Amino acid sequence: MSIDKDTVKHISKLAKISLDEKKINSLSKDLSSIMKFIEKLNELNTDKINPLTSIINASLRTRKDEIKDGKIRDQILKNSPDKNEEFFVVPKMVE
Amino acid sequence: MPNISEFSLTKLVSGIKKKEFTSEEVTKSFISNAEKSKKLNTYITECFDEAIKYAKNFDKKKEYGGLLPGIPIAVKDLFCTKNIKTTAGSKILNNFIPTYESTVTNNLWSEGAFLLGKLNCDEFAMGSSNETSFFGNVTNPFGDKLVPGGSSGGSASALAANLTPATIGTDTGGSIRQPASFTGIVGLKPTYGRCSRWGIVAFASSLDQAGPMTKNVEDCALLLEAMSGYDPKDSTSVNTKVENYSSKLTNKVKDLKIGIPKEYRVDNMPDEINNLWKKGVDYLKDAGAKIKNISLPHTMYALPAYYIVAPAEASSNLARYDGVKYGHRAKGNNLVEMYENTRSEGFGDEVKRRILIGTYVLSSGYYDAYYLKAQKVRQLIKNDFDKAFNEVDAILTPSTPNSAFKMGDKKDDPVSMYLNDIFTVPVNLSGLPAISVPAGYDKNNLPLGLQLIGKPFDEQTILNLSLAIEKRANFNKKINVWWN
Repeated sequence: MSIDKDTVKHISKLAKISLDEKKINSLSKDLSSIMKFIEKLNELNTDKINPLTSIINASLRTRKDEIKDGKIRDQILKNSPDKNEEFFVVPKMVE
Repeated sequence: MPNISEFSLTKLVSGIKKKEFTSEEVTKSFISNAEKSKKLNTYITECFDEAIKYAKNFDKKKEYGGLLPGIPIAVKDLFCTKNIKTTAGSKILNNFIPTYESTVTNNLWSEGAFLLGKLNCDEFAMGSSNETSFFGNVTNPFGDKLVPGGSSGGSASALAANLTPATIGTDTGGSIRQPASFTGIVGLKPTYGRCSRWGIVAFASSLDQAGPMTKNVEDCALLLEAMSGYDPKDSTSVNTKVENYSSKLTNKVKDLKIGIPKEYRVDNMPDEINNLWKKGVDYLKDAGAKIKNISLPHTMYALPAYYIVAPAEASSNLARYDGVKYGHRAKGNNLVEMYENTRSEGFGDEVKRRILIGTYVLSSGYYDAYYLKAQKVRQLIKNDFDKAFNEVDAILTPSTPNSAFKMGDKKDDPVSMYLNDIFTVPVNLSGLPAISVPAGYDKNNLPLGLQLIGKPFDEQTILNLSLAIEKRANFNKKINVWWN
């Protein structure tokens, strides 16, 4: 299956990555060759196969729901490119 | 006295313990090499002043505890290090300073080691040549303009050039074993769950695993022992005992059964790779192991399945880079535009390709056709290995279908780049442990590795078999220093 330019535009919107026309062209070519490579899987009949869900032969552990760290707001905010007191700052969303 | 920086990790540990030399001397010898080797571009961040300070303090101690006393270690820049910049080779994390330490690096520091620096790698560990890093190409010490492999390319080159005594990398589809093979070093990907993933920048969570990269097999056993272990903070970390890999290491491998999978004889494989494989068989026969031909019939479907599963997981993991909480932020007139511009500026081409492939295969209407199909194929690949391991103790294959290639050779053709990982990817899809051990050279004198694949949590057997190969292959690690 080839990935045409409209599809590249659609998935780049979903993935929140802006692309210029030149990038869209080159990605359409690259992604098409990758998808062609992937389609080798269609040779296999997998109707009766269960999909792998875990490679470790154990179910995920559960633990008590309790706070063990906490009070690390300053650490969490430390790397933010834009913050105001205890908040992350983003461009205005609502008029 | 020979240069300390040429010693193995094991020899450095015993030398420090016996006070033949100090941690400060060791640290300074690697720093001196690294400062003369900028041309290789292996270090993204140097922690040299702090390392010397740490070493001096260490040398004042009366008792040296731990497996790695006074050993400076540089690590792949994918491990979060507290208060030290961690970039994952990406522009989007160019200014990220973690406030926490990864469990695996923490384990090394608990054993007496300390941080020497952060090593270059492909962006978000996506690449097989270290050419996708925002911080530029890494050069292979085996030749100018030659790639070191990837994604742990900076780690592999730094180790091969004696710029760190040992190092750790991560392996999602071959990112430890392929660069190990390209640079003549030992690299091991442990069983999924053996080492904690906590604090490692995530690429594909069901495949990622950290592992040791070392000058020889003995060092590899030691470093694996130091870094492994259960971690409640990683829900996929497995609570099984960590073996004393180094004290149990032996080259007595008599009567072990070794499988040779016929599907790994791929088209267009150079004769020298085939010959190396045959030599590996001879070495193990000589050591008393029994050779058995086996079949892993779904091998050829591993790479296509990988290029659905890995990008799908990557597209989800990398959704966190939004310019709000940390990392690079671009300008935008509204929130969505800010996201789109941040991610467009922050990610390189290969990362964009993989995010978009992942987004596509997970998008509405395509999930069953791609992702679910790939997970079914993954089950078939795992079944192949399960069946094979009923008959054999380990599997021997080449590590890579070729030796190190020139920079730029495969850069514009993603699929030809992906084919580099044809022998390593099935192991990640199945969660198995595997090691690449240097075993010979090609006609251009470039190193080649052999891969041993083991049963889950049986790292010991593949280490022992690697030691048996290492003793016989007589791989000469001496490289002429041309890059100073």
